[in-house]
Amino acid sequence: MTQAPRAITIVGASLAGLNAAEALRREGFNGPVTLIGAESHPPYDRPPLSKQVLAGDWEPERAALTDSEELESDSIEARLGVRATALDLAARELTLDTGETVAFDGLVIATGARCRTMAGTDGLDGVHVLRSLDDCLALRADFEAMPQRVVVVGAGFIGAEVAATARGRGLDVTLVEALPTPLSRVLGDEMGRVCAEVHRDHGVDLRTGVGVDRISGDGRVQQVTLSDGSTVDADVVVVGIGVIPNTEWLEGSGLELDDGVLCDASCLAAEGVTAAGDVARWPNELFDETMRVEHWDNAAQQGSHAARRLLDEAVGPFTPVPWFWSDQYDRKIQLAGRVRGDDEVRVVTGSVEERRFAAIYGRAGRITGVLGFNRPRHVMRYRALIEQRASFDEALAAEF
Amino acid sequence: MRIVVDFDLCESNAVCMQIAPDIFEVRDDDFLYILNETPGEADRSRVEECVQRCPKQAISIAED
Repeated sequence: MTQAPRAITIVGASLAGLNAAEALRREGFNGPVTLIGAESHPPYDRPPLSKQVLAGDWEPERAALTDSEELESDSIEARLGVRATALDLAARELTLDTGETVAFDGLVIATGARCRTMAGTDGLDGVHVLRSLDDCLALRADFEAMPQRVVVVGAGFIGAEVAATARGRGLDVTLVEALPTPLSRVLGDEMGRVCAEVHRDHGVDLRTGVGVDRISGDGRVQQVTLSDGSTVDADVVVVGIGVIPNTEWLEGSGLELDDGVLCDASCLAAEGVTAAGDVARWPNELFDETMRVEHWDNAAQQGSHAARRLLDEAVGPFTPVPWFWSDQYDRKIQLAGRVRGDDEVRVVTGSVEERRFAAIYGRAGRITGVLGFNRPRHVMRYRALIEQRASFDEALAAEF
Repeated sequence: MRIVVDFDLCESNAVCMQIAPDIFEVRDDDFLYILNETPGEADRSRVEECVQRCPKQAISIAED
């Protein structure tokens, strides 16, 4: 049996990393725990950044996940504003951007992901992405300056939430989506159309089936040119076109990288090294699929799992039903499971017209997911069926 | 052990209901109801899981 590590280093001080650190202490691990984070802020929660903090309803302090006192009382040494730049597995050393080399025994990799950006927008004021607290505050400042025209590029969940928050602030919003129907690859055409209508109901100018050719301006953004040749005036642009896992610092380390850090089913990436959160790709045995999941709930759960796996090799596979929520306007949208655009979809309760319903997804005879609009109770009931590998017919026959 | 929910924070995501449906219930009005505010020690680990997994950190345990 492999010996449990005497000291554990966690690289990445957001939700997954913090949950890993806290799980170690909960499990009774009393060796040194070091949490290394590239951002200077203590760990904070990201979901409010596109909602309450961006809306101006919360000050950023309210999004804090912990504070220095709590970290200290848990004997977690936080090294913030420090970035890991290389990993040497053989020597069991990390290199930091301070130039230091630090030895590790056990390691949790939780470096997350960063936003994709659009080429040619560097140095153009008023063009934003939204991932970090600093991103949020910069965008909020631009919103507070009462811009005439906000353009959101990408109608995925982040773009949708930013559009909703901007409308809530009374701003004019154009939402540009390259797909003919937003989210159709994830939710299918029918449910994607429902999401599109929600935006139109709230006065968003939604343009679908068009890409963005160019974002231009003189020092500050002025115009977005779309792929159909039309132009949209803009004084704030938010780009929400997905994220890239932060694995560059691991190149040449000997870890296998493929759109994330490849792990085994238990989140182990190498002897004494685990990965968690947006950066981790692992075979989820519940779905017989290797996945990388960018949800809040996954970061929290996988962080704990990866920490426990370091302490005890008997900790088995990580087999969650991925789940997330997205608050847009007055709707709480939740999706649980692993759905594809071509799954069979059936509304099982409520009314699509009223935007209050749950729909379940099925493929190969099995329930694969559940989508809820203001139906959290049903989402959680069907999520339990997904966990039990229920058949689609069983799920259709269930009454909640 | 007494369950305390900060209803100003609660967003009715119903994660707690999935873990402990006998203790937490989100009803059709989308509000969370606590079915048993003072569960026994046998339920402690499940309630602690609810505390940890609540996306809004709205649940806590009071020892009184």
